[in-house]
Amino acid sequence: MNDFKPHISIRNLSVYYGTHQVLKDISVDIPDKKITAIIGPSGCGKTTLLKSMNRLLDPVEGARVSGNVFVDGEDIYNPAAEVISIRKKMGLLSQKPQVLPMSIYDNVAYGPRIHGLRDKKKLAGIVMHHLKEAGLWDEVKDRLSSPASGLSVGQQQRLCLARGLAVEPEIILGDEPTSALDPQSSQNVERRLIELKSDYTVIVVTHILRQTKRIADYIVFLYLGELIEHGPAAEIFANPKNPRTRAYLTGEIS
Amino acid sequence: MQVNKLGGPIGVRKFKDLAARRMMLVLTFIPGFIVLLMLFGLFGKARPILAVKPIASLLFSSVWSPLKGQFGLWPFIMGTLWVTFVALILAAPVSLFTAVYLSEYAPRWIREFMKPIIDLLAGIPSVVYGVWGLLLIVPLVSKVLAPLFGVYSSGYSILAAGIVLAIMIFPTIIHVSIEVFASIPYQVREASYSLGATKYETVRHVVLRKGAQGILASVVLGLSRAFGETMAVLMVVGNIPKAPKSVFDGAATLPTLIANNYGEMMTIPQYDSALMLSALVLLLVVLFFNVLARFILTRVERRAE
Amino acid sequence: MRLLPPRGTVARRKMKERFFMGLMRASMAVVVISLLLILGVIIWKGLPAMKLSMITQTPKGGYYLGKEGGILNAIMGSLYLASGATLLAVIFSLPVVLYINLYTKKNSKIATFVRFSLDVLWGIPSIVFGAFGFLVMVFLGLRASLLAGTITVALLEFPIMSRAMDEVVRLVPQDLLDASYSLGATRLETALKVVVRQCLPGILTAVLIAFGRGIGDAASVLFTAGFTDRIPTSLFQPAATLPLAIFFQLGTPYPEVQQRAYASAAVLTVLILAISLVSRALVKRLARHRIK
Repeated sequence: MNDFKPHISIRNLSVYYGTHQVLKDISVDIPDKKITAIIGPSGCGKTTLLKSMNRLLDPVEGARVSGNVFVDGEDIYNPAAEVISIRKKMGLLSQKPQVLPMSIYDNVAYGPRIHGLRDKKKLAGIVMHHLKEAGLWDEVKDRLSSPASGLSVGQQQRLCLARGLAVEPEIILGDEPTSALDPQSSQNVERRLIELKSDYTVIVVTHILRQTKRIADYIVFLYLGELIEHGPAAEIFANPKNPRTRAYLTGEIS
Repeated sequence: MQVNKLGGPIGVRKFKDLAARRMMLVLTFIPGFIVLLMLFGLFGKARPILAVKPIASLLFSSVWSPLKGQFGLWPFIMGTLWVTFVALILAAPVSLFTAVYLSEYAPRWIREFMKPIIDLLAGIPSVVYGVWGLLLIVPLVSKVLAPLFGVYSSGYSILAAGIVLAIMIFPTIIHVSIEVFASIPYQVREASYSLGATKYETVRHVVLRKGAQGILASVVLGLSRAFGETMAVLMVVGNIPKAPKSVFDGAATLPTLIANNYGEMMTIPQYDSALMLSALVLLLVVLFFNVLARFILTRVERRAE
Repeated sequence: MRLLPPRGTVARRKMKERFFMGLMRASMAVVVISLLLILGVIIWKGLPAMKLSMITQTPKGGYYLGKEGGILNAIMGSLYLASGATLLAVIFSLPVVLYINLYTKKNSKIATFVRFSLDVLWGIPSIVFGAFGFLVMVFLGLRASLLAGTITVALLEFPIMSRAMDEVVRLVPQDLLDASYSLGATRLETALKVVVRQCLPGILTAVLIAFGRGIGDAASVLFTAGFTDRIPTSLFQPAATLPLAIFFQLGTPYPEVQQRAYASAAVLTVLILAISLVSRALVKRLARHRIK
């Protein structure tokens, strides 16, 4: 079935918010170093699926997770697993850019600092390197100590990208990362993601079909909390096997 | 014609509505009106003494001798500052830690459990705090704390008043701080978690930073409350009209001054004027702090929308 | 580019967290223990001196020297005063709160100004209300009396009640109001028939909170209500209040009278606790009618 090396393997994942079951027995493999798009109509559990991959559901009151998520072969829901190390492996880009209440420099340096890096020269190097990676360096290099809240939304999103990359993750998770951005910034972010896939596995939740067409290598289609279909993007678009997939792709359901 | 059986003909209902509306509008300006009235009233009563003595001599003189016509308020101002300061130092850390815990860490049942406890602390009358202070804290200071520092104290001291006051302002600081934390959207904490930060690191670097202004406002509100507290302080502070030199000394505050001497107010010339001046000073200081704190809080609230 | 240090520091970070958790839990314990200590000491010291005569009799001659009697004068005085003050405060609070929530536009200047004034009033210490009340009393030609005390305490209670009411009334969903208006109701009718019913638990709680505050406050009645051994029979007579009774009994050099002060304090505390319990129970019961 899968002729690629999976980076993340999800097996029998179910998520409940209280008594309401949001994800129903999901099993799917996410390919390594490709862009995977999780698509589906709104409210069908896409974001929940994404957040379950780095245990961001843990702090949510009333959320219950059953099943396994294997990252590089290890189950992150193993009770003995070290959550903060797991999260370090993955960077998150939220829908609405959430900059931390500090300077641009400190935003990017936040991750490395809490993981123990104190050397000022090394930190400066990391900040510069990842701001370049996110395509933001030229715009902010003269005002690194000014508050991050002063940036435009598009810049903030790229800052969040740089911040997420600074902890040296292997996987980048994006929760509708461009839906709050203007077309220019959206394009920017999309381009970055495409460049990044050579070094990172990227998983993006999106409801913009055209974006999916532009950037996705692999597609996972969810409908009302169930996994309906998944496969290489080209195949899914050309030849969807499930009628609901077809209905979604043609715009009948959204 | 439309007759509405419920309230009568539409015309009547409309009239009632309009009348009520006009009346309510008038009533609505009452709060602001009262504040102004207070300021003017107190000022009016304080004027006689201000006409005779310059304000500086009243505020900064340490001589309090009403029979001789000396009304130096300095000892009481100092007493108030000392007591408030001690109360804040004791109350702020405990309140803030508690607020952080309840906001960020505590499971729901603990939060529900603490709510009535905090409300009760807020509801206990000042006199009861005073009686308790008398029974427990005054002996604590004189028999335990003062000897610990090698000092003698009767127990009726700044420290005793500070301890009692601190407990009285716990609810103020805790309540406002919790509201401030609640106004910080979850997503920014999530961003920190997603980088692999522990909850403590998230609280320290993100939540507290974002909430810093609101926390400051909550402490200022606590300060303002401590400043104006009368009965509890009166019962444990010693009522000595001299500026204190240590926390183990007895002292007096502006509120206790007013409360203690209202009886003699009318018999000694200028006394009532001096006391009204103290009340006015108290009012102005409290107003200043309150307005400042409210201003900060509205800004915090607006940013959260 | 692997620059970050190896896993060893994770343990240290977790230890830091555990240390501060300890501090936080200790702080919470301080708060809880404070309350327990206060209630405990007051009741422990107050109970021994508690006799039925305390709450059923007024002070007879020589009460403050240790002779017979009770604090019924203060209990009744406080009840009359606080009830009157609370009623007076409701008459002003409810219209103001309804006005700023139903008759003004969103974020209107008037509403903001009024809320701001209420917040400012709320923070004014009760001794200042007492001093101001004294001025009003003199201005109106009154003597220290039940009436003067009632007016002063009403002033004190007004912002407390208004704020608490405002907090509940604000939360009424606009949809509910729209539903009422779309049926042709005037704003007054909506206010009285829909909003008040919806917010009844919250409004009652606000009233009870203010009442509790009014009955326990000493500084505001110090100058204005006077003190007497009798139960007042007219508004123009002075009235004894529980807080002042406690204070004065404490001030005597006779230990038996001081004991009575502790008992009086216990009575007042129990009264406040009762009010608190009643308001919580009321909220739960009346919450039936509420629309979520």
